[in-house]
Amino acid sequence: MAEALTPTIGLEVHLHLATRTKLFCPCAVEYDAPPNARVCPVCLGMPGVLPVLNERAVELAVRMALALGCTIPDLAKWDRKHYYYPDLPKNYQISQYDQPLGVGGFLEIPVEGGVKRIGIIRVHLEEDAGKLMHAEGGGNSSVVDLNRTGTPLLEIVSEPDMNSAEEVRAYSTALRQLAVYLGVGECNMQLGQMRFEPNISLRIGTGADGRPRYTPITEIKNLNSFRSVEHAVAFEIARHREECEADPKGYTLENLGKQTRGWMDDREVTFLQRSKEEAHDYRYFPEPDLVPFVPDRKWVEEVRASMPETPQKIRRRLIEEYGLSQYYAEVMMQDREVADFYPKVAVSFDKIMGREFGNKYVSDWPLARKGKVVGNWFNQDVQRAINERGIRPNDFRFTAEQLAELMVLVEKGTINRNTGTEVFNRMLETGKSAATIVEEESLAQTSDAGELERIVEQVIAANPGPADDFRGGKDKALGRLIGEAMKASGGKANPKVVRELLVRKLRG
Amino acid sequence: MPISREEVEKVAALSRIRLAPDEVDRLASQLSSILAYVGKLSDLDTETVEPLAHAVPLRNVLRKDEPRMSLSPEEAVGGAADAADGFFRVPRVLDDGTAA
Amino acid sequence: MQPLNLTACEMREAIGRGDLSAREATQSCLAAIERLEPKIHAFLALSPQDALRRAAEVDERRARGERMGLLAGIPTAVKDNFCTADGQATTCASRILEGWKAPYSAHVVERLLGEDAIVVGKTNLDEFAMGSSTENSAFGPTRNPWDLERVPGGSSGGSAAAVAARMVPLALGSDTGGSIRQPAALCGVVGLKPTYGRVSRYGLVAFASSLDQIGPLARTVGDAALLLQAVAGHDPRDSTSVPQAVPDYLATLEEPVEGLRIGVPKEFFGTGVDGEVERAVREALGVYERLGAKLTDVSLPRATEHAIAAYYLVATSEASSNLARYDGVHYGHRAGGYADMIDMYMLSRSEGFGDEVKRRIMLGTYALSAGYYDAYYKKAAKVRALIRQDYAAVFRQVDVVMGPTTPTAAFRLGEKTDDPLTMYLSDVYTVSCSLAAIAGLSVPCGFTRAGLPVGLQIIGDAFSEERLLRVARMYERETNWARRRPPVCEGKS
Repeated sequence: MAEALTPTIGLEVHLHLATRTKLFCPCAVEYDAPPNARVCPVCLGMPGVLPVLNERAVELAVRMALALGCTIPDLAKWDRKHYYYPDLPKNYQISQYDQPLGVGGFLEIPVEGGVKRIGIIRVHLEEDAGKLMHAEGGGNSSVVDLNRTGTPLLEIVSEPDMNSAEEVRAYSTALRQLAVYLGVGECNMQLGQMRFEPNISLRIGTGADGRPRYTPITEIKNLNSFRSVEHAVAFEIARHREECEADPKGYTLENLGKQTRGWMDDREVTFLQRSKEEAHDYRYFPEPDLVPFVPDRKWVEEVRASMPETPQKIRRRLIEEYGLSQYYAEVMMQDREVADFYPKVAVSFDKIMGREFGNKYVSDWPLARKGKVVGNWFNQDVQRAINERGIRPNDFRFTAEQLAELMVLVEKGTINRNTGTEVFNRMLETGKSAATIVEEESLAQTSDAGELERIVEQVIAANPGPADDFRGGKDKALGRLIGEAMKASGGKANPKVVRELLVRKLRG
Repeated sequence: MPISREEVEKVAALSRIRLAPDEVDRLASQLSSILAYVGKLSDLDTETVEPLAHAVPLRNVLRKDEPRMSLSPEEAVGGAADAADGFFRVPRVLDDGTAA
Repeated sequence: MQPLNLTACEMREAIGRGDLSAREATQSCLAAIERLEPKIHAFLALSPQDALRRAAEVDERRARGERMGLLAGIPTAVKDNFCTADGQATTCASRILEGWKAPYSAHVVERLLGEDAIVVGKTNLDEFAMGSSTENSAFGPTRNPWDLERVPGGSSGGSAAAVAARMVPLALGSDTGGSIRQPAALCGVVGLKPTYGRVSRYGLVAFASSLDQIGPLARTVGDAALLLQAVAGHDPRDSTSVPQAVPDYLATLEEPVEGLRIGVPKEFFGTGVDGEVERAVREALGVYERLGAKLTDVSLPRATEHAIAAYYLVATSEASSNLARYDGVHYGHRAGGYADMIDMYMLSRSEGFGDEVKRRIMLGTYALSAGYYDAYYKKAAKVRALIRQDYAAVFRQVDVVMGPTTPTAAFRLGEKTDDPLTMYLSDVYTVSCSLAAIAGLSVPCGFTRAGLPVGLQIIGDAFSEERLLRVARMYERETNWARRRPPVCEGKS
């Protein structure tokens, strides 16, 4: 019985657009301004004011719609949606009802074994409301800050194509990544720039008439983190299952319709929101103060052409052109700046290596090897710079080409990999080129066979135990000896040469 | 089509207007006669007519995304019946999000 | 020289020549206001000190040889539904906005000030511009200067009366279904409703967003042209403001329209028209014929009763939406003694709004509500399209359409307040022009035996204000209705 219960989940996402000003007035969009310090008569909904549409908001909305594979209809219009609330000063919201900016698209999400397409029904623009908060010191008051009123919101409505809480999370993550990569929105969750409203229902099977039957649709309002979306959806699926088992005939969409529930993050449960006697009658009608938007087809193509690369494209390029593994590519994609920086470095590396090694580079370096080597620098040194020093690629004091030069110095054997990290850090600090630093600080590694032979002999003499172990067959003991040799050489010994010499002397 | 007392009360609630009982009756009567008058419109065949939603043939009226000075918080909340510390103050709104 | 008997154009010239100072002009007006206001109650607010100060500034600047604005030194009144940030309240004649000081000024107010006009005060209106008699004002009605027991019309009754009683030569009003033209007709002055989009609505407190327009009220056509010139034109703060160039209305005003073709709709001369009104209007049409115009019978089959029906659905729907914001939270009246948030909304609005406003909000909410939207709002919007088509067809045959502005002359105070529908029907000839979003004006064309003014309505196609003014001027040149003064002005002047 339980297997027949398939969760069908759709998600409505609202995200703040990365515009400087609000949707219908030129107040600045700022998240840390004092209360009611970013409002004007227009967004305050004062008598006599009129809205004027922000062209950048439209551009970003169309950009997102295009990236989601939507059609941009010939005409988009604005409508008033009426309800009374103290954070909605006009007591109506300007939104789009039946003719939105984008219709019909999809977003691919990674699932086990590949990708799944989640359909998108529509994309539209609307203005955000303000913030209603409880007054400090409790009491009988709430307080209202209207700074957020009028902030441009992009609403993206999916088809009910998701079948699990994990898929909902994957969709949310992918949507956020797309928005961030396209520069459409910063989607900072702490600032409440992205909000989720899943609607969940279980398909119970097929009725006698051949049509599918469902449990009632539950809509959960205003979740604003991936974790809460995932947990709330999981909770609801389980709750629907229980209700269904308890009352299989009664707990249906036909009988109970649609329900709105809230989510309690601390208790991790949903609760029925006290629904009004009648459902909201929003009394939509066309906004008479705004004229329709008729997108010029050439302009739409310009928006499409000038769009930054989507994460999907970037990921594919990192794998197919730069030889990164799926895993590494995914890791790199977490950070847009890193994902942008990588190709630049990889291309320079290619060029410089080609100069240094000529045909040998082409023959000896398959894509996977390039990806491994360059990827390693990113995974180690670049990540460390970001995580431990708080320096981001856009703030590096060296260029992509200069980083590539450093990498090539290691490949050439001028310095060893460890020294490479030292030089990387010096480059971060001083902005000098790798070659300059190596010279100034005499960091070039010693490959001189004579000097290294001396060091190797010293090390073998000073470490009889590991030497014997290795002679006895314990290969691991060699590492210890290499380490000692590196130490003795002040880190400058060429580890490859050291290894060869040790092996020869110990086995020979 | 006449409008009943119940409908008048429903509409009043939607409009956030409180009516005294005699007002409800009076409005039911007045609105009924007005609605009867506007019912004349059903004489006209509008099957193939597009509603006139916009009085001007303008399209794509847009504004550049450039910030302008906002009001000061004092100016913003100065006209409110109850304001404090730059906020508008209202009766407490219940946690489940219902109030209005 | 008696400033109050000068037209605005004459006053402008006199001030320009130095024969009259702005201070003198303003002082005369303020004196007239002081004398007549107790009888007429055209104003809700007056700012005499500010007016005199500004007048003195205008005089100083002119003395220094500076270039002066189009309306330099001319006392002007502004309907109290235009936001003014000059310290005067903007109440819309409603308790819900009683004492409210707008933190910004309407576009047209900024234009007036930019043209150096002297704004002396805010005039009375029907609450939120909803009405045809100014009896819906929460602060008492305005009386018709021609007969103090009668209404001045509405909703711009205060502006019309102030001009008719020669308190100010110029006043701005707003017209949604006739609110400039109808009071102009009842008060014997010129009133023009420009094409929708001709004048910016930014700062006009909205009643019906797709119908509201701002226009001039004045004693003469030339004065109306002058005021229109000062305020017309594109404003980027109003998305429905049309970026069409504004002609120089005064430059061509005296040129008659050769071969003028006048359409006379039979629907405008139905059974509802008072006999004396019809006679005065037909005589006016006769004057046009003598001037060489050609009269043609035309038909606007849906421009009367169906227009009223459509209007009272579209306008009330938009009004119910525009007035949703008055809830006592962010500005305006908040009731006391409420139990919770919803209670606060209910009480504030119930206390703050008058009966007519409540009635229209209810009607509009009903027309937009689920299940009724198609039958009411959408249907009305379709009929609106039909009416526009009807006018378009007529304007292919004729240049202008003429008829009575109102079915009767001014009615008595209290005469139509019992039945809303009766009051609504006084707009029967003016609403269609608003629905079609075209231009229309009313020009005085005579008096009834009882001495009450009659108005001739002239309707033109979109953006034909320049021609409308010329057509009106043709008639005005042949007559001198503007010379007659209301009895209340007699005696001391």
